[in-house]
Amino acid sequence: MTVTTTTPVVAHGLVAPRPPRSAGRHPALTLALRAVGPALLLTAWYAATATGALTKDVLAGPQDVAATFADLWADGQLPEALRVSVTRAGLGLLLGASTGLVLGVVSGFTRLGEELVDSSMQALRAIPFLALTSLFIVWFGIEEASKILLIAVACTFPMYVNVSSGVRTVDRKVVEAARSFGLGRLAIAREVVLPGALPSIFAGLRLSTTLSVIALIAAEEINVTAGLGYLMARATDYLRTDILALCVLLYAVIGLAADLTLRLAERLAMPWRRTVTIR
Amino acid sequence: MSLAVRARGLRKVFGERAVLDGVDLDVRRGEFLALLGASGTGKTTLLRILAGLDSATGGSVLVPPVRTVVFQEPRLIPSKRALANVIIGQGRAARPKGLAALAEVGLSGHADAWPATLSGGEAQRVALARALVREPDLLLLDEPFAALDALTRLHMQELIAELCARHRPAVVLVTHDVEEAILLADRVAVLREGAFVTDVQVGLDRPRDRTDPDFVGLRRRLLADLGVEAHAAAAP
Repeated sequence: MTVTTTTPVVAHGLVAPRPPRSAGRHPALTLALRAVGPALLLTAWYAATATGALTKDVLAGPQDVAATFADLWADGQLPEALRVSVTRAGLGLLLGASTGLVLGVVSGFTRLGEELVDSSMQALRAIPFLALTSLFIVWFGIEEASKILLIAVACTFPMYVNVSSGVRTVDRKVVEAARSFGLGRLAIAREVVLPGALPSIFAGLRLSTTLSVIALIAAEEINVTAGLGYLMARATDYLRTDILALCVLLYAVIGLAADLTLRLAERLAMPWRRTVTIR
Repeated sequence: MSLAVRARGLRKVFGERAVLDGVDLDVRRGEFLALLGASGTGKTTLLRILAGLDSATGGSVLVPPVRTVVFQEPRLIPSKRALANVIIGQGRAARPKGLAALAEVGLSGHADAWPATLSGGEAQRVALARALVREPDLLLLDEPFAALDALTRLHMQELIAELCARHRPAVVLVTHDVEEAILLADRVAVLREGAFVTDVQVGLDRPRDRTDPDFVGLRRRLLADLGVEAHAAAAP
């Protein structure tokens, strides 16, 4: 890079260079700054309900939602609903993301794989997964299978697109070197390609995780007798906005928790990326 | 004579280790200084502080407002053609100047080439054109030939000597190649354990001859300062 810097003139026409300030901010300050946004939102919500601008039949206040949370948790409804819903989303994600991963590697790494897999995946990707809901009920019934498969289908494509492009951008020179040292195709995929594509794999996984929660909501519209969707359906019947708000928040918390877990896993899985310095 | 670089008591500490420990450095305008040192002696650190890329832990440094860097790798933007890389940040009005700079480094035919299609030497010449087109008062060269093959390196050294003689910026060249330093520089300084152990004027006529006894003598002396034994130095 060529750097041209213009800084105010001091003696003899010379200036002191202005190096970029290092981003060494105190962790506590960072945490506080990150907390500002959510705290403001919560305050606004509380203010709107406490002043009566939002009545309880429109949206319950945060204190009501917290109380409802405590009640439902204590009587065991909420833990059971969470267990059922998280299991659905998790199984669907596992199934869909693994399919996307395998197909993505096959399509990204081999010419034949790309020719066989890519066009059909691109065509299938154009189908909105929500349109499949009814068809899946006809095919797989109204039990768990149709729900998990719907989530799996939704999670496959972001994973596939990211993995196949990530595999394609792995340094061909390193692959060539590995081949010259006698590594077979599988060994190259395992030792070189997968670690090299890890950033894309995690990007795909994070997108898939978000989508798994969205698909979960769609899946739980189908004849449910358990899960967060069931709680919501009943709350709608009784106009319980506190339960509705609670479920919406819980969906968000599930997504957020999954994302945080993945970001942590990302750091642990790629120790070689932590110590990048410019020399 | 007026100065292009003035550093006093420059310190840079990484963890426990002081890579630069109270360095004083003056470079006159138009002077070509070569910085020698074994790896890890803080040559590149010093250059990055002069460039304003890193901060010093202590001390003061003054440099001209317009200064440019040629790095060890070309560091061209892969999504821009050669000419666009040369005039990056300067606007379309700089195109004629950019073309002239590319012509100076012998690449006028490659203005529309993508960086990925250039050879290592060509890419490094584009990086040199990018540094020259801004007419810097201080040109910072961070081992710009280190990644090139021996023949290309000889051509690049000639090119640098010629261009610096024409444009007369102050130059700080970081290198570990003693011959290169003596060939190009007006003055050679050796960094060791965070400070200069040698600072000599090169009093040889240009173009310089590697077989000149004075050249050989200076080379031996500098190698000794770098900690290389004399008998090893005698057989290149």
